[in-house]
Amino acid sequence: MTLSVCALRSADMTTDQEKNELTQTPLLKIWVPWLGMGGCKLNRRRGSSVPQFTNSPTLIVMVGLPARGKTYISKKLTRYLNWIGVPTKVFNLGQYRREAVQSYKSFEFFRPDNEEAMQIRKACATNALKDVVIYFSKEHGQVAVFDATNTTQERRVSIVSFAKEKGYKVFFVESICDDPEIIAQNITDVKVSSPDYLNCDKDEALADFLKRIECYKQTYVPLDDEKDRRLSYIKIFNVGSRYLVNCVQDHIQSRIVYYLMNIHVTPRSIFLSRHGESNMNLLGRIGGDSGLSPRGHKYATALGTFIKSQRIKDLKVWTSHMKRTIQTAEHLGIPYEQWKALNEIDAGVCEEYTYEEIQDNHPEEFALRDQDKYRYRYPKGESYEDLVHRLEPVIMELERQENVLVVCHQAVMRCLLAYLLDKTADELPYLKCPLHTVLKLTPVAYGCKVEHVFLNVEAVNTHRERPGNVDVSRDPEEALKTIPDHF
Amino acid sequence: MTLSVWALPSADMTTAQEKNELTQTPLLKIWVPWLGMGGCKLSCRRGSSVPQLTNSPTLIVMVGLPARGKTYISKKLSRYLNWIGVPTKVFNLGQYRREAVQSYKNFEFFRPDNEEAMQIRRACATNALKDVVIYFSKDHGQVAVFDATNTTRERRISIVSFSKEKGYKVFFVESICDDPDIIAQNITEVKVSSPDYVNCDKDEAQADFLKRIECYKQSYVPLDDEKDRHLSYIKIFNVGSRYLVNRVQDHIQSRIVYYLMNIHVTPRSIFLSRHGESELNLLGRIGGDSGLSPRGHKYATALGGFIKGQHIKDLKVWTSHMKRTIQTAEHLGIPYEQWKALNEIDAGVCEELTYEDIQENHPEEFALRDQDKYRYRYPNGESYEDLVHRLEPVIMELERQENVLVVCHQAVMRCLLAYLLDKTSDELPYLKCPLHTVLKLTPVAYGCRVEHICLNIEAVNTHRERPGNVDVTRDPEEALKTIPEHF
Repeated sequence: MTLSVCALRSADMTTDQEKNELTQTPLLKIWVPWLGMGGCKLNRRRGSSVPQFTNSPTLIVMVGLPARGKTYISKKLTRYLNWIGVPTKVFNLGQYRREAVQSYKSFEFFRPDNEEAMQIRKACATNALKDVVIYFSKEHGQVAVFDATNTTQERRVSIVSFAKEKGYKVFFVESICDDPEIIAQNITDVKVSSPDYLNCDKDEALADFLKRIECYKQTYVPLDDEKDRRLSYIKIFNVGSRYLVNCVQDHIQSRIVYYLMNIHVTPRSIFLSRHGESNMNLLGRIGGDSGLSPRGHKYATALGTFIKSQRIKDLKVWTSHMKRTIQTAEHLGIPYEQWKALNEIDAGVCEEYTYEEIQDNHPEEFALRDQDKYRYRYPKGESYEDLVHRLEPVIMELERQENVLVVCHQAVMRCLLAYLLDKTADELPYLKCPLHTVLKLTPVAYGCKVEHVFLNVEAVNTHRERPGNVDVSRDPEEALKTIPDHF
Repeated sequence: MTLSVWALPSADMTTAQEKNELTQTPLLKIWVPWLGMGGCKLSCRRGSSVPQLTNSPTLIVMVGLPARGKTYISKKLSRYLNWIGVPTKVFNLGQYRREAVQSYKNFEFFRPDNEEAMQIRRACATNALKDVVIYFSKDHGQVAVFDATNTTRERRISIVSFSKEKGYKVFFVESICDDPDIIAQNITEVKVSSPDYVNCDKDEAQADFLKRIECYKQSYVPLDDEKDRHLSYIKIFNVGSRYLVNRVQDHIQSRIVYYLMNIHVTPRSIFLSRHGESELNLLGRIGGDSGLSPRGHKYATALGGFIKGQHIKDLKVWTSHMKRTIQTAEHLGIPYEQWKALNEIDAGVCEELTYEDIQENHPEEFALRDQDKYRYRYPNGESYEDLVHRLEPVIMELERQENVLVVCHQAVMRCLLAYLLDKTSDELPYLKCPLHTVLKLTPVAYGCRVEHICLNIEAVNTHRERPGNVDVTRDPEEALKTIPEHF
């Protein structure tokens, strides 16, 4: 990403020598000091619309007995941080152990008096931390989540000195739960089907796992109010009814705490849909604020019927401020809330153009967009990256809510879907979000189950694949190859 | 605010009868169902770019011994909530008491065995809660902050039943501090100068106040982990090193917790400045993305000199993504971070027009803007209200940080200043933020001290006062009366 900042073209070539002359990078549209063709000084801007606010890498250390949701939290938090642009990776100790000890026999491996196993487990932890170092120093990682029980003071003390030595910040996330029903549910949801229990029946697996937990209980020392008062941590009690937050050091820890305090595990479904087909869609024009086409109105009615048939409890409906999503919601007969943040990506000077017109009037812009669709910002408009930051409060509220239907737009839906399904920034702008199709997402285990429901009302296709040739010097035909049909 | 939704003109008059036809309200630019000239159905949209997400009113109940920062937190939290559009008011019991008991003699009033005083104090609490009811039911309030010690279980139980009876949600904020230095500091800063001690010398006041605290200590029962586990609350320990959060019920409580966890009391200064005078400023044109004029460059250099002269520790510098703020920051010789959220208000179709152009091409829009400058949204652009929501993450980070210089734009600076100085949404769009002037804001006691520093570089005036006639039928001269001069 930093490379594209160096490709500087300047409209101000005549006064370049003047100190403090700025030039706008062509793809990201950021203003940087002009330092001649030879090089480019990267100011603080890394391409994102929000400053990153991270200096030292951060090591998040999970703490808790088995089946307390550590892996669930690790994965979800990582998904969120990656989506908002903070490179994050989970290091799950169980996976290291499974690699070291090819086949799992029984809970006896975890007995505190099993010296041989202890050696292996310590070695695995060391290897995991070695990989963390590589992730930070060579792979531009910013946050690493060490997903392990870390239930002894001794283990935690050694991690803290390791981190101090390397210059990493440490933030502990401890999950404490004494509700036997929640624990049994967790075990059923994710343990019984783990690679460890491949050849066991459910009851055997459950019984063995409960014994495994007992092995840890004997030596478990939770983070201590007094002794650990200088550590930075959050303790989560009983899946979120209560939190203890100690010594938050910086911006990213503050964001992590806010996120963790907003997520819940109550079963619910999230429905994503675009507005019904619009008049601009029919003409192959992007952006604008047009109303629904007749087929679009038909879809909205069908959507209303579909929603009723789902018999959803307390469904919240959200739309953008644009006419086409509101017209769609109006057909549902349910109260809806409008969010400006759900407005479609602003195409700036290209608003209401067809792709043919963009190619005609702004061929270079068109090519730059194909080169890096996630980071490309329309002149006087936005990029997908900007959109993600704009949508962050929507995602936060989506986490707090239960059943929600979001009626939005193509680029917006791609961003929300990428968050929910853990898609990368490269995949995001090309996710398929066709008109007249509802996506029903239901959290399950560590991820999300997706159902695509096409409501049988015809619509134009608005999905443009990345063409083969993305060079600014390409022929118009090469640029227009993947354009969907329109009237 | 809801009144303006009723003034509907429609571009779609011919098909207005069609069910689901929408029309866009002229001032707020929100799409609402067209229901004929007679009336209008207000969708859930109340004019804001973010849904308000509040149903029942919320009563925030402060808890804590005197000099624990309750009033500080109450005022700051109210300021924040009002700024983000949640009508909030503080009900300070000390003020009710001062009105009931005209003159304060000494701490004996607060002795737990002073029956007569107890009666008066109970009556004051009752009156305060009566006023809360009026605020919620008649004044459209959404959050009330009951600023009192509320140190006994008995008092808190009675508040909880009062709220339950009325259908209000309750959220407790308890401040616990045992650091004698912090308490002494608080007393010096805000107690010694309180109306209670108007005729005392500092040491007398200090001594009396400490005895007052002792009166409360005897009967103080903090919120209890076990007994109060069904209540919603946050406990703040020692000015924020540690928090205990229990049972956050909804969106607004989640936001309150996030805010409280990000504020701090470390002394620091916030510097606000606009970019140096720009080329478009000289021409009286709004918006756009032009560079600095020669005088603008001069200012940027002077700003650099001023900043150096202040010898500020660890100054952070923030700019927008627009050329003129970045050029300004470049002169400072300090690393800076770019925030897209700090970009100037988007004037939509009026971008780069002069006021004369706007009057000529969009006279009705121009008048609507003068009618309600805070909520007016430019066609295809933004309103001040939108700007406030866009700036919320900036404010949150500003609270986390210490010394910061924000180089931004006129409308943006007005929004930030309104937050820092607790200005209403009516005052906000008319706050004076001239070019080439730095504002230095230093938190002091319950508010902010402001120093205006004009760096003595000439610049055009860009401040347009509200004209006398804001009617859409006014003459052009009346509209243009208050336009500042330009080249």
